[in-house]
Amino acid sequence: MEEKEKIATPDELQEYFINMGPQHPSTHGVLRLLVSLKGEMVQSVQPHVGYIHSGIEKMCESITYPQIIHLTDRMDYLSAHINNEAVCLNVEKALEVDIPDRIKVIRTIMSELTRIQSHQLWWASFGMDLGGLTCFFYGLRDREKVLDIFEETCGGRMIVSYSCPGGLMYDIHPNFQKRVKDFIKYFRKILPEYDQLLSGNVIFHERSKGIGKLTKEDAISFGITGPSGRASGFSCDVRKHEPYSAYDRVHFNEVLLTEGDTFSRYIARIEEMRESMNIIEQLIDNIPEGPFTVKMKPVIKLPEGEYYQRVETARGELGVFVISDGNKNPYRVKFRSPNFCNLSVLDHISRGFKIADLVAIGGSLDLIIPDIDR
Amino acid sequence: MDKIQLGEFINSIAGALEIKEGNQYLEVTVPPSLLYKLARQLREKEESQFDFLFCITGVDYGADLGVIYHLRSTIYDHSVVLKTRTSDRENPILDSVADIWHAADFHEREVYDLLGIKFKNHPDLRRLFLDNSWGFPLRKDYVDDVNIVTK
Repeated sequence: MEEKEKIATPDELQEYFINMGPQHPSTHGVLRLLVSLKGEMVQSVQPHVGYIHSGIEKMCESITYPQIIHLTDRMDYLSAHINNEAVCLNVEKALEVDIPDRIKVIRTIMSELTRIQSHQLWWASFGMDLGGLTCFFYGLRDREKVLDIFEETCGGRMIVSYSCPGGLMYDIHPNFQKRVKDFIKYFRKILPEYDQLLSGNVIFHERSKGIGKLTKEDAISFGITGPSGRASGFSCDVRKHEPYSAYDRVHFNEVLLTEGDTFSRYIARIEEMRESMNIIEQLIDNIPEGPFTVKMKPVIKLPEGEYYQRVETARGELGVFVISDGNKNPYRVKFRSPNFCNLSVLDHISRGFKIADLVAIGGSLDLIIPDIDR
Repeated sequence: MDKIQLGEFINSIAGALEIKEGNQYLEVTVPPSLLYKLARQLREKEESQFDFLFCITGVDYGADLGVIYHLRSTIYDHSVVLKTRTSDRENPILDSVADIWHAADFHEREVYDLLGIKFKNHPDLRRLFLDNSWGFPLRKDYVDDVNIVTK
């Protein structure tokens, strides 16, 4: 007699491990996730990082402050300008340098352009992760326009190194204001297309609503900042709480949502692009006249002490902590990177979901690997 | 609470500690034995509610190894910095605060990886970036003839 073939029920399935990465396309870099599965249900996720650890904090101990700027570009390469600004603000705060309004306003406009292009790339790759290849073309097409503005003014497209302690490397290009205004006009028209393509898409809703829920308490305890934290209702926008540069003179809303799932993390970023455009529109016509740099000493030495500067990058709160012993090199530099903290929550919020949802959750956290490894 | 009230509050729950008004945050120096107790009280007391641990930094001071904790309350919007030091360079051990704030889990692993400070009661203390054959690169006496070029 033939024995009836037995089909295993989910309770009887054996637990097994697979490696997602370090060369998996949805990890957007060299991130290795050791995923424990039962069937296709995720039991736990262990991130293994360090594949591109470059020892930036150690390198900073042997170089001068103006040189550190160029290393910070390489951490979160999509928020390059905001990283530069964080170090500059910290040095200027320590030396008590008064920065003219022109520099503050230009820095703020550049920061917001950086935020827009970062969210554009995120939108492009997030859509592609979930199967919508058109998103990738749309996102990158529009991002090129911002990168062209950067190229004209800073010389670099991604790695801009535009701020330096005491001001900016160069003045803005004569075309800058016109091109930014053209871009805002163009992008205001194009952003509803993004909504048509993904935000209102039924398949996308099925893939993202209710997936990877993060409560407000957990967001605070894990230190999840940026759009990911604000999607859970954690009010953590440094631009509002500790305004730097010209953020105290512009009106904008902090995007706060309550659900904390993948879909609300998506909406938070889309809305942030709109807020960024509002900020730029308020400033672009009112760039004050004046010098683009303040004369600093040729060798910058920070007084003995500890200095902490927080800024809001496209992914959350970046902290630059400098301990100075009075020399031209810092004694110790610590970068509190937003992605490092955001990664730590991945295990917590993806347990119990399917492995395909892990791709959606990882994409919605918008991880940049060089910023984790530093 | 402002800095002065916060200083008085911390002295009232933990006894006389060395409190310095830094240029930005209130800086409290805590002996390692009191660190965990104070951290838990700062998190749980109704008046302070430091629920957001936003940075942990390991520092090599030469003779000592230290860890600096940056705390903030999202309810009252006040901040404090806790500092602790251990003079044992061979086998430095501090108490982990990972059961008070989840964020400490990764941050403490990073400090262990780069400075070799061990954290007691940490749920999963493994090296994070480097493998086990490396030394502790953020220590000032770290020597690497191959990868670090000295002038």
